[in-house]
Amino acid sequence: MSGHLITVFVPRDSAALSVGADAVAAAIRAEAAKRDLPLRIVRNGSRGMLYLEPLVEVETAQGRVAYGPVTPADVPALFDAGFLTGGEHALGHGLTEEIPYFKKQERLTFARCGIIDPLSVEDYRAHGGFRGLENALAMSQAEIVKVVTDSGLRGRGGAGFPTGIKWNTVMQAKADEKFVCCNADEGDSGTFADRMIIEGDPFCLIEGMTIAAIAVGATSGYVYMRSEYPHATATLRHAIKLAYDEGWLGDNIHGTNRTFHLDVRVGAGAYICGEETAMLESLEGKRGMVRAKPPLPALEGLFGKPTVVNNVLSLCSVPIILDKGGEYYRDFGVGRSRGTLPFQLAGNIRNGGIVEKAFGITLHELLYDFGGGTITGRPIRTVQVGGPLGAYLPPSQFDLPKDYEAFAAQEAMVGHGGIVVFDDSVDMAQQARFAMEFCVAESCGKCTPCRIGSTRGMETLDKIIAGKNVDANLELLADLCDVMVDGSLCAMGGMTPYPVRSAVKHFPEDFRKKQHAVRVTHIAAE
Amino acid sequence: MTLIHETDYGTPARVSETLVTLEIDGRSITVPDGTSVMRAAMDAGITVPKLCATDSLEPFGSCRLCAVEIEGRRGTPASCTTPVAPGMKVHTQTDKLAKLRRGVMELYISDHPLDCLTCAANGDCELQDMAGAVGLRNVRYGFDGENHRAAAKDESNPYFTFDASKCIVCSRCVRACQETQGTFALTIDGRGFASSVSPGAKESFMDSECVSCGACVQACPTATLTEKSIIEHGQPEHSVITTCAYCGVGCSFKAELQGTTVVRMTPWKNGGANEGHSCVKGRFAWGYATHKDRIMKPMVRERITDPWREVSWEEAIAYAAERLKAVQAKYGRGSIGGITSSRCTNEEVYVVQKMIRAAFGTNNIDTCARVCHSPTGYGLSQTFGTSAGTQDFKSVDKSDVILVIGANPTDGHPVFGSRMKKRLRAGAKLIVIDPRRIDLVRSPHVQAEYHLQLQPGTNVAVVNAIAHTIVTEGLVDRSFVEGRCDPAAFAKWEAFIAEHRNSPEYLESRTGVPADQVRAAARLYATGGNAAIYYGLGVTEHSQGSSTVMAIANLAMATGNIGREGVGVNPLRGQNNVQGSCDMGSFPHELPGYRHVSDDLVRQEFEAAWGVTLDPEPGLRIPNMFDSAHDGSFRGLFVQGEDIVQSDPNTTHVTSALESLDVVIVQDLFLNETAAFAHVFFPGTSFLEKDGTFTNAERRINRVRKAMPSKVGRDEHWVACALATAMGYPMHYETTSEIMDEIARLTPTFRGVSFEKLDRVGSVQWPCTGFEDDDTGMAIMHGESFARGLGRFVITEYVPTDERTTRMYPLVLTTGRILAHYNVGAQTRRTANVAWHPEDVLEINAVDAEIRGVKDGDMVSLASRMGATTLRAVISDRMPAGVVYTTFHHPVTGANVITTENSDWATNCPEYKVTAVQVARSNQPSDWQVDYAKNDVERKRIAAANVLAAE
Repeated sequence: MSGHLITVFVPRDSAALSVGADAVAAAIRAEAAKRDLPLRIVRNGSRGMLYLEPLVEVETAQGRVAYGPVTPADVPALFDAGFLTGGEHALGHGLTEEIPYFKKQERLTFARCGIIDPLSVEDYRAHGGFRGLENALAMSQAEIVKVVTDSGLRGRGGAGFPTGIKWNTVMQAKADEKFVCCNADEGDSGTFADRMIIEGDPFCLIEGMTIAAIAVGATSGYVYMRSEYPHATATLRHAIKLAYDEGWLGDNIHGTNRTFHLDVRVGAGAYICGEETAMLESLEGKRGMVRAKPPLPALEGLFGKPTVVNNVLSLCSVPIILDKGGEYYRDFGVGRSRGTLPFQLAGNIRNGGIVEKAFGITLHELLYDFGGGTITGRPIRTVQVGGPLGAYLPPSQFDLPKDYEAFAAQEAMVGHGGIVVFDDSVDMAQQARFAMEFCVAESCGKCTPCRIGSTRGMETLDKIIAGKNVDANLELLADLCDVMVDGSLCAMGGMTPYPVRSAVKHFPEDFRKKQHAVRVTHIAAE
Repeated sequence: MTLIHETDYGTPARVSETLVTLEIDGRSITVPDGTSVMRAAMDAGITVPKLCATDSLEPFGSCRLCAVEIEGRRGTPASCTTPVAPGMKVHTQTDKLAKLRRGVMELYISDHPLDCLTCAANGDCELQDMAGAVGLRNVRYGFDGENHRAAAKDESNPYFTFDASKCIVCSRCVRACQETQGTFALTIDGRGFASSVSPGAKESFMDSECVSCGACVQACPTATLTEKSIIEHGQPEHSVITTCAYCGVGCSFKAELQGTTVVRMTPWKNGGANEGHSCVKGRFAWGYATHKDRIMKPMVRERITDPWREVSWEEAIAYAAERLKAVQAKYGRGSIGGITSSRCTNEEVYVVQKMIRAAFGTNNIDTCARVCHSPTGYGLSQTFGTSAGTQDFKSVDKSDVILVIGANPTDGHPVFGSRMKKRLRAGAKLIVIDPRRIDLVRSPHVQAEYHLQLQPGTNVAVVNAIAHTIVTEGLVDRSFVEGRCDPAAFAKWEAFIAEHRNSPEYLESRTGVPADQVRAAARLYATGGNAAIYYGLGVTEHSQGSSTVMAIANLAMATGNIGREGVGVNPLRGQNNVQGSCDMGSFPHELPGYRHVSDDLVRQEFEAAWGVTLDPEPGLRIPNMFDSAHDGSFRGLFVQGEDIVQSDPNTTHVTSALESLDVVIVQDLFLNETAAFAHVFFPGTSFLEKDGTFTNAERRINRVRKAMPSKVGRDEHWVACALATAMGYPMHYETTSEIMDEIARLTPTFRGVSFEKLDRVGSVQWPCTGFEDDDTGMAIMHGESFARGLGRFVITEYVPTDERTTRMYPLVLTTGRILAHYNVGAQTRRTANVAWHPEDVLEINAVDAEIRGVKDGDMVSLASRMGATTLRAVISDRMPAGVVYTTFHHPVTGANVITTENSDWATNCPEYKVTAVQVARSNQPSDWQVDYAKNDVERKRIAAANVLAAE
């Protein structure tokens, strides 16, 4: 910290940028110059309260004071109100850490996000960064894997596979080369946690991947980034360069005789490349086509070598586990779902953003206590949880605890923690159709149920929506859903029926709106 | 006779010492670890529905029809991609699976034309079969949804069509192009429902990189990729297993027929050489067998300027015998001779050489192998003790380093080339020694570690420099050399090769190959694991051809790369039966089995069997025949199925020799260039009409079976027997198998071979008996010891060829062949293969072209001190500066008008690969071409009256 200079934080996060954070930062700088007030602006990550972005914070003796959402037009008034010393203003929220939305969270993975300068190794270290890696560097491979296994960490990409077991498989595999690949192809609707942490705390991912590499004996790694994340890509590339410069990546990491090389690869806009085997194909420079499993990527992954494929959030949870121990992390959560998950509130919600909480929290708490209900003020009719392949849940299931097993029992999924909210104006038949349409657009085309089934599903739903032979077509739709679930090669086709089935199950009335009217016309036509 | 349906096990066989026992539908089955559940089920006699799986390709898991239920496992895994596990309990037929499969089929058929009755694949369609198997009864989606039924047909390839409307996007074609053929011409374009098979970037098949090998057509389960012959004729009703008559790979094919009409040639999965793969020639270019140019009746004429006169077989044979006898009466027994063909069967070749030795009473017998692989026979015999390659083709699967020298496998031996590329993609390292940048140097997923782009004619220097590196850097496999090789010969060779004049540095200025590259390649060959050498005519067709063969053998012995899988010295034979024609005693100094005519015991054996006295003196080689013709001592020649005028070097020397002969007899399918100089023409039979055997480059004796009766009414061996009889030596065989029985009796390496055995075991690799497990012969030779006992190192001094570039002829011409054509092109030019290669072209480096003002596509004159021709120039970065290249597939090109009479010091194999030439722009044919055009008409006339009578 540079002594007496006042520090102002204006996020560089994409969500903040999309609502004018750069203009706000420029306005603050200009206004300060005009008033001859020396200050330091740090472009931090987002605190995750997207409804307050651009959220400007000022460092004070009491802590950081929050103002938001700030527009450039508000800046002179903020100066007038003495915001540089925490002065009161209509946009003020007091100390950031005391904002209930923030205060009630359990931030383990996102502990530093929004707090530090994302591109300062010094700042990162000052906030506990690289302690996990330092511990790992002093441990055996098996010891690291054991800590991760003990923590109960499961894959945060959606499948929830125990990370420690996966690492153990790769560690045991014998090969001349192994890889660690991070899946940052965050394509699920309503999700943004991967992007946010890469933009707000990129060293956390670098550290997590390095620990994974040391644990399994890998010497190279790749981050597969979706093309729609240019800011995250730039931030991560910059951070990787800094990490190399400071000896946290490369050959002989800090004299420990461990080597890990990391690079970023940007996808080409295919949702399917978020599926791990399609991602590996894409990383190899091929079409993003799903591979049949077995062989598991852990044994024959990138270029046929044993490979750890983990989601960003899984890898970003690793540093704190290695820092504070497996037990510390495991003490959060319920049942077999341990630790925390950064839930992402999106769609028709008043207070959208990141809510990192231990497993076990209910949807109701997330939607109302944090989210504050819909932004339209109308009642919530349904939420889709876990991305476009997740089930639509009706309010009667809002008390379901967030827990992999509890959700799976309802043919729903926790997934990547994305929650998209709809009010009572939603047409669930259209949402079911959208599920099929999404599959039509994103299917890789390899397996028949997904390739042809999604198109037929969309057509059948069009007939249902148009009121044609609704009963027969609903039966056909149900059969098609069975074929897709049982027959598809991967989750793309295999889970597309979940939102469809749940919509039909919980909102049957939406599928029969035109049935009567059309039946009459149809008979007349015959 | 029925149609042969080969069992498709769905996924490839796995090899493992661990066996796994599991239960499928209550049946217990034990299979190698790694086997798929699908294949295990097939082994247990249980068929699981499938569409995207086929046992020539790795499992893909896309159709989802082969789903099964496994106790204790979630869901319905695909049986093709699920490996077996001990104690696994699998159910292949349950209500759930039935519903799932029917649902998948319902989806397929919702996007498929319903024209089964008029579809070319009707009766041979896996989609149709599966619809039946799963009991699909209706398509509830209707047919008004989005579909591909109006997708366009691609008919650009002359041999097959691609009908996208019938495509089920199983990717079998794409995978076959990648995995089997290794060309990567096909891909899936688009994604999801829009996924479609695309040659290249949405090109037509013909415009794409497709090499028309047919692997995609073979793999297609529907009518999407269909042979045009099947579209024209319909499905075949019976098949005959036979052997391709093109290159030395010797692929096994099913000739599929309707009556006596071949409607398709399909590669046979059980074929030892090809294991179900094919190339454009064998798979599609068989139409020449019924081409209108074929001569169906014997013909004679008094003078070569006369028109041909069609006569009966009896008259033709009597006429031929009479003229031959007249010559012998006047000029002596040794004034006539004959040439056997490497395209004919072992039996035919054997009978012709017997006719010449026993009936003509002379050893003036040679074979077209003289001009291709005679140095192989000599060189390998000198060093190892046998005139043959050491490995089977499969051996390459175990190679870690592959050294290709003077061979272009992807063009010349495409099916083996594909096998080699598969191994290279799996990680084997490649060294290419060739002046020209052949495809292997850099092609999809294959890249040579080292391409030693040497000056033509410096093979011995480069191979010696490699050996020098191995010896002086201590990389010799001492234990192999000490245990297996002649110590005195090795010591001499070691001292010789270590001399500075054999070092890469000393030779660099001669070879043009940087010394460090030679050294690096040598180290890789010596230390990279199993190292195998494959070579072709780029090695043999030089003035030092035999020296290079021996230098190669030295390399293999010095590094211990002999006698096991993955290593060896492997000549890639040019023609289908080069190995066999040599084995059959076609050389003037050797009786069948490479036994010298001067050996009394050997001669006695044959004299006893044949009832004649044999000449103990070797006869004339082909070049000697030409020279003796010029000096008047050689007057009559019988040529079996070879076109010496087009294929032998220095054409004008050959033609003037032929013109001086009193009688020339040609036996061939067509009135070829040699027939223009003949007095008697015996119409030959195509391989589809032959009964017998071919021996391929891996010494594999394959059966050739009659798919159709002889179109000329006689078998070729009958003609030789009849001519021998007419000459006064009665020869007669009731069946072809009797000939093989006689061969087996008189040829040690063929002992134990009979048609009965071949029909039973498929094929046999010679040597065929005398060791354990000899049922199918010996795959890898020299395992425990060399055929000659101790391996013999031979000193291979580099002696530059006499052919030098001069100010007049500053460029070096080297010749070769391309994929679409075979040898003199007599067969392939009479097929649609001309679509790929309508003319021979001159490949020239951009710099050499620029200097001469030659633009791409210009006609140029190519001249040597022997002659000149005019052809089209193509500017090619395959060629290094100073070297030009052409092929000899088209007679009008007259490539051999240019080549010289230089030949191998030991075997007289012509030096086709080095000719000093000049290239200049030209707007007219050469003098030779003008004469050729005139003679082509005049010398091939058939008398009009007879033509009318024949009609």
